[in-house]
Amino acid sequence: MKKFLSIALILVLILGCFAACGKKADTGDSTVKESAAPENTASGETIKIGIIGCHTGEYAQYGLGVKNGASLYIDQLNANGGINGKKVEIVAYDNKGDNQEAINAFNRAVDEGITALIGDVLTGNTIAVVGVAYPLNMPMITASATAEAVTYDKDTNTVYSNVFRTCFIDPFQGEKMAKYASEKLGAKTAAIIYETGNDYAVGVKDAFIATCKEVGINVVDEEGYASGDVDFKSQLTTIASKKPDVVFCPNYYEDDALIISQARQVGLKATFLGADGMSGVKDYASAEELEGTYYCSGYAPGSTDAIKNFEAAYTEKYGASTLNMFAATAYDAAMVLCNALQIAEDKGLKAGTDEYKQAVIDAIRNNSADLECITSKGYTFDEHNNPVKDAVIMKLEGGKEVYVETF
Amino acid sequence: MSLLISQLINGLQSGSIYALIALGYSMVYGIIMLLNFAHGDIIMVGAYVAWLAIIHFALSPFVAIALAILTCTVLGVTIEKVAYAPLRSSPRRSLLITAIGISFLLENLAQIIFGAGSQRVPKLISGPSLNIANQHISFTAIVTIIVSVISMVILTFLVQNTKMGKAMRAVSEDMGTAQLMGINVNRTVSFTFALGSALAGIGSILYCCAYPQASPTMGSMLGLKAFVAAVLGGIGSLPGAMLGGFCIGLAEAIVSAVGLSVWKDGVVFAILIVVLIFKPTGILGKPVSEKV
Repeated sequence: MKKFLSIALILVLILGCFAACGKKADTGDSTVKESAAPENTASGETIKIGIIGCHTGEYAQYGLGVKNGASLYIDQLNANGGINGKKVEIVAYDNKGDNQEAINAFNRAVDEGITALIGDVLTGNTIAVVGVAYPLNMPMITASATAEAVTYDKDTNTVYSNVFRTCFIDPFQGEKMAKYASEKLGAKTAAIIYETGNDYAVGVKDAFIATCKEVGINVVDEEGYASGDVDFKSQLTTIASKKPDVVFCPNYYEDDALIISQARQVGLKATFLGADGMSGVKDYASAEELEGTYYCSGYAPGSTDAIKNFEAAYTEKYGASTLNMFAATAYDAAMVLCNALQIAEDKGLKAGTDEYKQAVIDAIRNNSADLECITSKGYTFDEHNNPVKDAVIMKLEGGKEVYVETF
Repeated sequence: MSLLISQLINGLQSGSIYALIALGYSMVYGIIMLLNFAHGDIIMVGAYVAWLAIIHFALSPFVAIALAILTCTVLGVTIEKVAYAPLRSSPRRSLLITAIGISFLLENLAQIIFGAGSQRVPKLISGPSLNIANQHISFTAIVTIIVSVISMVILTFLVQNTKMGKAMRAVSEDMGTAQLMGINVNRTVSFTFALGSALAGIGSILYCCAYPQASPTMGSMLGLKAFVAAVLGGIGSLPGAMLGGFCIGLAEAIVSAVGLSVWKDGVVFAILIVVLIFKPTGILGKPVSEKV
């Protein structure tokens, strides 16, 4: 009886806990507006753009990086007189990383009269927002959502023509590395070793092979391995027997390190190439094994003068804690968007109208190639609205991952 | 042809690590009829000890190797004393479940202490690689194969030609009678665990030379494959465990070499199923006739 009583008591306590939790979640009302307009202008007219993202919660790092990076550019632009004398006004909302909140935030921003959007931040949130933004033909640029589905629906073969991004999607890195191998490393033959069950690795690998065909690299061998494998010597021995110039290794850094160390064990001396999943590999294999390995990435801190200036300005204003790759791509997103706004303004259109939005979309697509952005010398977009842009090439030298060039 | 030789050497290299670990399984099974599923995790502990010794205490690789093997040995004996000895007269099922429990305990402890990610174990041994007939054979592969063969020779000598070995064989044949004959069963069982764990320690060092990363779950798959090797060779039989280890290593290398690397694990476990169906006693195991 005593036992029964104590169990019952515990159950009641546990239920109490849950109830309390539930309530708490509810009280976090709807979206809260965060930043107001810059103190307004002589003409009184502003161009409103939205910035929506997860500014609180687990992924706040990304959301705040995007918000601050984009705001930094817009503030600089406004300080220099804005667009034809009009200030750009930021309407920022936090979506707390939640899909429904993201849609609410977007709708509220639309009610306030935004004419374009920078965001969303997380892939899931962005797809949710695209669902409501596409029917409105609202120009939007995400700085961080990498999934293919953000700009293109495979099932219905629809390209969301209003949606752009300034971060590259994963497979694009395969294309970059194939071109780099051909143009800069003079590779004629390549082999590949990749994790078969990993969408990232498979996507990058497929793009690499497709580009190899275009640039005239002969792919002599393609070896797979299952997730969790640690022994790659057999595959690498096969690769070594075919003597490729480069070995493409689009996996995550722990596997890459094991692969490269074992490659040296079986006497495979080819240059290894990787994608951004390789970042961090220096801590997992010895310096001499890794020496001369290349990988590409979207961003390298302190790499170019433009990046250095950006980082200094960002740190001064917002501190370094949220300074990440997406802060830089958001700065670019703001630059691309404001350039398009400028073109729409020059046409004398009225902000918020359908013609204006279409003009902005067209300008993003057609007039971004010559911009001096910080992560890329300009942007062009492919048929699925994915950016064709520069990548940062990193090289392993003396146990360090050093910046080589922007390619 | 030379490619085939390289692949065979790859297979022998991983096979000798499997063989060393399979020996531990087989010895313990032979003596107390326990499938010691914590055996694979002892390897993981060995790898972390080597890593700690070199990275955090800046010891020389030689000391680190000795320390790792010693820790494995002590750990194996401790596990036997603390977890298995009190259960020696309970049903075998309790022992088996305890072994699985110990395995999880070690894995999760490692995860709490060292984190879930892997750590790089620096180079433990280095030396010149061989080039035979234009075929590259790494120093690690040579050392791995030689060290395991030497270990096996020493083990065979210990079991066949020493008093302790005789006691081990006696206890594995009939524990009760052995006790009546004046053999200290507790000491013999502890010795068996010490021997098996020391082999696991050597295995963990060789493993770290080939795959220089330590992670909390590294021992589980390695342990399972060594277990398959032990069953293939005939569990309880020492030459069987060695043979089984080499067979599994070679099978993996061949499967990968023909381009089916993704099916490597599948093939290993398919071997287990086939052995269990058609020859449950393994290649060298003696059939046990049930006493009525």
